[in-house]
Amino acid sequence: MTIDTTDTPWLLQAENIVKRFGGHEVLRGVSVRARQGDVISMIGSSGSGKSTFLRCLNLLEQPHGGSITVDGEVLRLVPDKSGPKDGALKAESAAQLQRLRTRVAMVFQHFNLWAHMTALENVIEAPVQVLGLSKAEATERAETYLQRVGVAHRKNAYPAHLSGGEQQRVAIARALAMEPRVMLFDEPTSALDPELVGEVLRVMRSVAEEGRTMIVVTHEMSFAREVSNHVVFLHQGQIEEEGDAREVLARPQSARLQGFLSNSLK
Amino acid sequence: MFDWQVIQDSLPAFAGGLGVCLVLLLISVGTGFVVSVPLAVARVSSNRALWMPVWLFTYVFRGTPLLVQLFVVYYGFAQFEAVRESFLWPLLREAWFCAWLAFALNTTAYTTEIFAGALRASPHGEVEAARAYGLSGLKLYTRVLLPSALRRALPQYSNEVVGTMHATAIVSTVTLVDVTRVARDVYANHLLPAEAFGTAAVIYFALTFTMVGGFKLLERRFLRHLQTERRPAAA
Amino acid sequence: MFQGYLPSIFSGLGVTLAIAVLSLVVACVFGLLGAIAKLSGSRVARGAAETYTTLIRGVPELVLMLIIFYGGQILLNELVEAQGWDYIDVPPFVAGTLTIGFIFGAYLTETFRGAILAVPRGQMEAAAAYGLTRGQALRRILLPQMVRHAIPGFANNWLVMVKATALVSIIGLDDMLHRANMAASATREPFTFFMLVAALYLAITTVSILLLSRLEKRYSLGVKTVHF
Repeated sequence: MTIDTTDTPWLLQAENIVKRFGGHEVLRGVSVRARQGDVISMIGSSGSGKSTFLRCLNLLEQPHGGSITVDGEVLRLVPDKSGPKDGALKAESAAQLQRLRTRVAMVFQHFNLWAHMTALENVIEAPVQVLGLSKAEATERAETYLQRVGVAHRKNAYPAHLSGGEQQRVAIARALAMEPRVMLFDEPTSALDPELVGEVLRVMRSVAEEGRTMIVVTHEMSFAREVSNHVVFLHQGQIEEEGDAREVLARPQSARLQGFLSNSLK
Repeated sequence: MFDWQVIQDSLPAFAGGLGVCLVLLLISVGTGFVVSVPLAVARVSSNRALWMPVWLFTYVFRGTPLLVQLFVVYYGFAQFEAVRESFLWPLLREAWFCAWLAFALNTTAYTTEIFAGALRASPHGEVEAARAYGLSGLKLYTRVLLPSALRRALPQYSNEVVGTMHATAIVSTVTLVDVTRVARDVYANHLLPAEAFGTAAVIYFALTFTMVGGFKLLERRFLRHLQTERRPAAA
Repeated sequence: MFQGYLPSIFSGLGVTLAIAVLSLVVACVFGLLGAIAKLSGSRVARGAAETYTTLIRGVPELVLMLIIFYGGQILLNELVEAQGWDYIDVPPFVAGTLTIGFIFGAYLTETFRGAILAVPRGQMEAAAAYGLTRGQALRRILLPQMVRHAIPGFANNWLVMVKATALVSIIGLDDMLHRANMAASATREPFTFFMLVAALYLAITTVSILLLSRLEKRYSLGVKTVHF
């Protein structure tokens, strides 16, 4: 699964991302790059900054420094003059940001399915409103992906009537329906009951095996070990250790990673 | 810009008007509070003979404007010869009595529903525990249910009381000389709306502010059990 | 019983309903603007909205109505005079509607603000993450969900407002209550006519409650309700 040719272009490059919350520096220059087919797991203890980093990639959080490049296009960032003028960056062009966001689809910890829409409506919303697909095209695409994740039979149900696992799978279908270059997963199974975690991980695994490029913030070490090809261990806003998934997790070099792994359940 | 002289000259009248407003508020709300408690108990009962009449009462009095209710009492009852010849007539002839009656009935209706809602929200477990320890009937109500419900009702009830205070302005239409009546008279005499109604607005505003502040203090005292505990940080 | 005054009262009913509905529209506009201002990043906007709601809620509706009606009339004509135009007579209908709408806009500001805040933040985050523009997100994601949360407060405000329209008779507006007053004086049967008006208000209230609970049910599709 590892693609080793150095000629393969980067799909996503985040260089030296810095983020502050008030006086506290949460990210101190984190760089992550992904090529086609990479499945990168970001691990670390709570407060290490991994979710914050992921959310900086699609500018749900405003970084204070660094650069983001998607599919060769550099996202132009300028200081944000509104709000607390503490040096936070914002996108110079809203249109460019929107374009980049269509290429980088996110799956949230709390699913964030739009509550007033059915599963199907959730999946077709962005393709229709943002990509400009016709309702028919979007519906066809949506049904394919809902089938793919195994919830086609619940396509007309509202999120409140779906189990957590079903909701997250719909959320994955929603992300897939954008046919993104990169998929971001922000602790996708952390809010699920233990018995529902498996079904979501299985879907994520099959998505990875299709060759999708994924960056996954997770606590599920089994996923990190078995499905991802690259692991990044974050500690207090910096990359403490990274490398090939199986290598790093079987033979951690840094003391902190050793401590972290011995504390985690799997 | 403002004719301060006019304002200064009218202050005694406004003070009198404020007195009228406060007295009316007190007697109406006082009556309303006392009568609403048993009515609320009846309202939440499962006995149709009890809750239905109360429901009808609150439905009618909450579903019609207070101004209309006031007119029915003040102007309407005089229509009937039977009323004019009854022992009630000396009372019903008086603007004060009519205003009190209309306001008391109105605030009773709203307060009853507020207290009933609070009773229905009684935590089930507390009631069960009380019953298990042998409290029942009147004791159950007076020692457990009502103290709890009245506290729960405090925020909404405070809104109702402030609302009633605001509503007293309409008695300016039936010869009671409250703050609004004074303002209208000052306006009629001087044609200065800012001075006349501005002063009234300031008085009402100050009164609102005071009452809301007072209720907040009551909430702090009576809803203490619902607040987060302030423990000194462990060393 | 009504000695031929029935048509007059019913025509007054029409006026009352018209005032109520138009005031509601005005109130919604002020309410939405107020809510957006209160939630905005601008200190000025927040302060203005706060002043608006605090002042309105601190003064009785009748007094506000009198201020705006008499004061507004005079202010308007001072401006008009300064421009050299003719005296404008603001019809009581317009004054009454704008006043009630302005007053209840303050109450709706709180309702709408609470409703907007009740929509979980994640909903708008997902909208942004999937590339929806701010406008699309507001229209398609926030507004539909906000409506559901706003209905109880909205319904409550409507019911209070309908009853408040009775006050416009005091500034001379020819509504249902005003007509009843006329009929009562002419026939010396105040009880009859005021009770009729009370019954009509009760009818309006009843119909409103029925329609609004239907509305609430419709918007609660897709929401898990607690079953006892």
